[in-house]
Amino acid sequence: MLEWRRRREPSALMLGLSPLIAIGLTMLTGMIVFSAMGYDGFHAVGSIFLTPFLEPQRWADIGVKGAPLIMIALGLAIGFRANVWNIGAEGQYIMGAIAGTGVALATYDMTGWWILPAMMLAGILGGMAWAAIPAFLRVKLQVSEILTSLMLTYVAVQLLYFLVRGPWKDPDGFNFPQTRMFTADQALPTVLEGSLVHLGIPVALVLAVIAWLLMEKTTAGYAIKVVGLAPAAARHGGFSAARTTWATLLISGALAGLAGLFEAAGPFGQLTPQFPVGYGFTAIIVAFLGRLNPLGIVFGGIVLAVTYVGGEIAQSTVRLPQAATGMFQAMLLFMLLATDVLVRWRIVWRRRVA
Amino acid sequence: MTSVVPVSILMTLIAASTPLLLAALGELVAEKAGVLNLGVEGMMLCGAVAGFAVAFSTGSTGFGLVAAMFAGIAAAMIFAVLALSLMANQVATGLALTIFGIGASSLIGAGFVGRTVTRLQPVFPAALSEHPVLRVIFGHDILVYLSLVLVAGVSYFLRRTRPGLILRAVGENDASAHAIGYPVIAIRYAAIAFGGALAGLGGAYFSLALTPMWADRLTAGRGWIALALVVFSAWKPGRLLLGAYLFGAVMTLELQAKAAGVTWLAPEVLAMAPYLATIAVLTMMSLGRKTGRLDAPACLGKPFSAS
Repeated sequence: MLEWRRRREPSALMLGLSPLIAIGLTMLTGMIVFSAMGYDGFHAVGSIFLTPFLEPQRWADIGVKGAPLIMIALGLAIGFRANVWNIGAEGQYIMGAIAGTGVALATYDMTGWWILPAMMLAGILGGMAWAAIPAFLRVKLQVSEILTSLMLTYVAVQLLYFLVRGPWKDPDGFNFPQTRMFTADQALPTVLEGSLVHLGIPVALVLAVIAWLLMEKTTAGYAIKVVGLAPAAARHGGFSAARTTWATLLISGALAGLAGLFEAAGPFGQLTPQFPVGYGFTAIIVAFLGRLNPLGIVFGGIVLAVTYVGGEIAQSTVRLPQAATGMFQAMLLFMLLATDVLVRWRIVWRRRVA
Repeated sequence: MTSVVPVSILMTLIAASTPLLLAALGELVAEKAGVLNLGVEGMMLCGAVAGFAVAFSTGSTGFGLVAAMFAGIAAAMIFAVLALSLMANQVATGLALTIFGIGASSLIGAGFVGRTVTRLQPVFPAALSEHPVLRVIFGHDILVYLSLVLVAGVSYFLRRTRPGLILRAVGENDASAHAIGYPVIAIRYAAIAFGGALAGLGGAYFSLALTPMWADRLTAGRGWIALALVVFSAWKPGRLLLGAYLFGAVMTLELQAKAAGVTWLAPEVLAMAPYLATIAVLTMMSLGRKTGRLDAPACLGKPFSAS
């Protein structure tokens, strides 16, 4: 009979291999599920996973979708490593965009190179402020950051609706619930002339390298990992769980806030009720697909960005509803969690003793 | 007719509380068995869409409810296999289940957006269910009464029956329960399934009773509030009932303010109320005691393996 045996050490091979196995299994399951629903499953999965790579004009789209996912996931992964479960990154992302837009609206009739940096700073602070609430409640009162950070996401969404329908509504916008368009000094510059590739993309990649250096090469990174793996040992070693909670939540709030500002000042160019697009939740999948490793997260961000871009392609090629992308991404996370078992366990065949 | 206003407020309150109560009660049982399933929102959405799709296709609300229950169980089983058999991290698996529920419900529901079904009807005859005052007691649909019966039933089960005692033992000390010979994993599977069934019904309450028209993500985070309610209840069914009705009241604030002609407060601010109230309640719960998780089952969220 088949039997699970616990490995003495987690398998390094499986650690790297299991995301690939998970992607393969997701494609297979996707084909079956979409076929069962009456779509052309084979082409659907092909459109989602392969077409975006094969068409160079889609690569910029992958970057645009991937940058916020990578930035948010970097912060989440650092927290997850320390057993801090910030699942309200979507709210911090929205608050970053709101804070940055506040600066944009205040500087509407001004010009200057400093405006965009000021917006970025506001975005970072907005995200941090929103993450500081669960951090405070967790550290001081042991309130679960899972629930508070998530509840704050719904609050942020309502605040966004309130602002774009009320005080921040564009006076020249024909009563549409949206803010003014950002001016040239407020918009995120593109780094490749004539393309969609904006500043956020190189920034995300640089941040990934910085996060990797932080986690792998510094004492702070080591402390974060120890707090997550062995809280008791961390206490003996003098690493404070409270400080780790604060630090990881503020870092992930800052990154989500900056991602939100980049999205508002980049692809959106204004704030609208369509702004919450779920990147904060999808970034959770990115973090796990990247094995909570900053460089792995770049890979994870690209894969999830591909499913977004591919999902749009599948809409036109096999009429797969847009919602299929979400289910596909969730399946990927399921498969990833399932194949994770191979890291800690191995399957052995043992004849039953009679 | 002044008495009619409080009656209608109470009716809305009870209706708004019922899905919370159902979902939270199911989660309470799962948590008592030591399993933290954060996928309540996802299971509710699966129930909501399955209930709606079946009720729409068959024209029978009853079939819809049964389908919702099984959809909730099916979703819960994905979680159970990953979290129990494959020992995946429960927090991550629960999140995955919610992300899955959001995706699956919006994919299946894509063809139903804007469609309507017959609303879940009151159980008692019109003479009682439409009486201006008595309808507070007799004017509800089957799920309202079922949720109340289940509160009493679960409370009795956990406190007075042997299987209930075993379930609690599994949640408090899985290793000992295993050593005595209780099937820890099987009991947890059953508890998760029960939680899934109730979350499915709670979700269907949105699509079949509250707003019998399909809309994307119509549970709007209520599954998460249900999770918070379990903490608020200190894992006691009676307190869960109180908590669910309190939150039902907060959730109807927006409607009541609108009815009362309140214009100085933006509707968006009122819509924040349930979420802010959840944070406030969780905070107060923590202020009330010295250590954070005193009442939680000791093995909550920890994976168990016999070997």
